[in-house]
Amino acid sequence: MSGGKDRWVKRAQVTGSTYLMMRRLLKMSAGRRDRLISVLSPFVLLAIWELSARLGMIDTRFFPAPITILHTLIGLMDSGVLWTHTWASLQRLFWGFLLGGIPALVLGIIMGLSRPVRAAIDPIIAATYPIPKSAILPLILLVFGLGEASKIVMVAIGMFYPICINSVAGVLEINKIYLDVGKNFQASRWQMFRTIALPGALPFIMSGIKLGVGMGLILIAIAEMIGAKSGLGFMIWDAWEILSVDTMYVGLIMIAVIGYLFSLFLTEVERWIIPWKVER
Amino acid sequence: MTEPVKIRIKNLTKEFHTKDKVFTAIDDVSLDIAPGTFFMIVGPSGCGKTTLLRILAGLEKPTGGSIEIDQSDCTRPCNSMVFQGDSIFPWMTVWDNAAYGLAMRNVPKGEIKEVVGHYLERTGLTRFARAYPHQLSGGMKQRVSIARAFANDPEVLLMDEPFSALDEQNKTLLQEELLRIWDETKKTVLFITHSVDEAVTLGDKIMVMTSHPGRTKALIDVPFERPRGVLELRARPEYGELVYKIWGYLREEVQHAKADAECAGGKS
Ligand SMILES: Nc1ncnc2c1ncn2[C@@H]1O[C@H](COP(=O)(O)OP(=O)(O)OP(=O)(O)O)[C@@H](O)[C@H]1O
Ligand SMILES: [Mg+2]
Repeated sequence: MSGGKDRWVKRAQVTGSTYLMMRRLLKMSAGRRDRLISVLSPFVLLAIWELSARLGMIDTRFFPAPITILHTLIGLMDSGVLWTHTWASLQRLFWGFLLGGIPALVLGIIMGLSRPVRAAIDPIIAATYPIPKSAILPLILLVFGLGEASKIVMVAIGMFYPICINSVAGVLEINKIYLDVGKNFQASRWQMFRTIALPGALPFIMSGIKLGVGMGLILIAIAEMIGAKSGLGFMIWDAWEILSVDTMYVGLIMIAVIGYLFSLFLTEVERWIIPWKVER
Repeated sequence: MTEPVKIRIKNLTKEFHTKDKVFTAIDDVSLDIAPGTFFMIVGPSGCGKTTLLRILAGLEKPTGGSIEIDQSDCTRPCNSMVFQGDSIFPWMTVWDNAAYGLAMRNVPKGEIKEVVGHYLERTGLTRFARAYPHQLSGGMKQRVSIARAFANDPEVLLMDEPFSALDEQNKTLLQEELLRIWDETKKTVLFITHSVDEAVTLGDKIMVMTSHPGRTKALIDVPFERPRGVLELRARPEYGELVYKIWGYLREEVQHAKADAECAGGKS
């Protein structure tokens, strides 16, 4: 039992390690000077970029000057094109989360609570998890066609693994004494799920969701590049085909901004639904 | 003429089967406990006290023998346990923790409010009803655990070293509180402790267990009247005599346990 538990926790840690590294990097800037440096450094980089573009030191066909990109960005905002694509991607992310994330959460908790279910599903997850999700895109297109469904399914698959794996690990990490308390106080199966397994695993589940959203963003961009008529991925791909490099950069920036806003949002959600978590 | 019995334990045996051997934790324990008894169990560490309580709580199956708890009132839960160590849910407020048993049994809201309010008051936690466990001290957490068990109003209370992690002042305070709450309800209590003082202070009857495997070494009646004051009791000469007598039983067993441990340590 304990060996199995370790495996799940390790798996969750592997999926979480990249994320944690980012967190740590951000945390190291605790000192005021460090914070200043980290605020300034992107601007310095942008300034160098701008300067070298103007002085013709870099090829502006590949690296257009930041101010040019900004102009394009404003233009795309004004015309509403940017919002149309952003909205299309966000909708797919949302449906992908509902379709992949929620079942992953429920399945993960059930696997954590029930040893037979875990024994049955663990090998399937262990075998399919390492497959690069982008590699199944052709198969997904074949099965679900070029329409909305294939995009949503891609996001769903990307969200499924980190959320499921983290939910299992989260339940297995719950101190056994709490489950004994539940039994001793005659909690039914559903009550065990609702009052112990779900809240107990919530910290792990939340980091699974954060990872899942990151994965979803990667996959939606890839999926929209093939056979889509909308979305940020499509916008980038379309810009490439007409060699509108500025627009490509706008797409990249928008994806980065969405990712950043989601992480802020989820951290806020976490604070709200896990009020017992000790601030560190 | 037979005396009424609340808990009947008959030839109870518990073996744990690990990979390479069978470990007997409890060996042929038989006990009758009368209703309303404050029953204390003392014994060296690892002698099977927790195991015995977990079997009574239905969390562990006995290997042999039987247990019976006489359930006079079917609407009340059979038993509630105060667990050894930290067992209150970190994700629930003090109030929700104390209300847990009642909520699981779908007791009407109004009744929960009344009962939980009462026990939080008795345990001095009213002001902390909305706090989360990480905002409490160790002693306060232990009180929540006690309030949770009492609020559930079980036929039998099982308490597994509830005060062992506390400092001396807190322990004495909580012992007094526990006696006060118990005097209101006169429940049958099974209370595990490794402190002889605590056993004599709280109990009506004390069972001393042998170290590995756990058997009944001695059953001692505590003659002190109730209600008791913890400190007054400790000042009396009879108290000291009883403590001394029980220590006599226990000393041999603790030495056995130590010898066992050294022997096992030497081999590996
Ligand atoms: N699940 C288990 N598997 C194997 N052995 C166990 C298990 N649970 C308990 N034991 C063993 O049974 C013996 C009795 O354990 P128990 O927890 O009942 O001791 P205890 O009297 O409560 O000790 P303490 O005073 O330290 O709490 C111990 O030697 C322990 O190693
Ligand atoms: Mg114990």
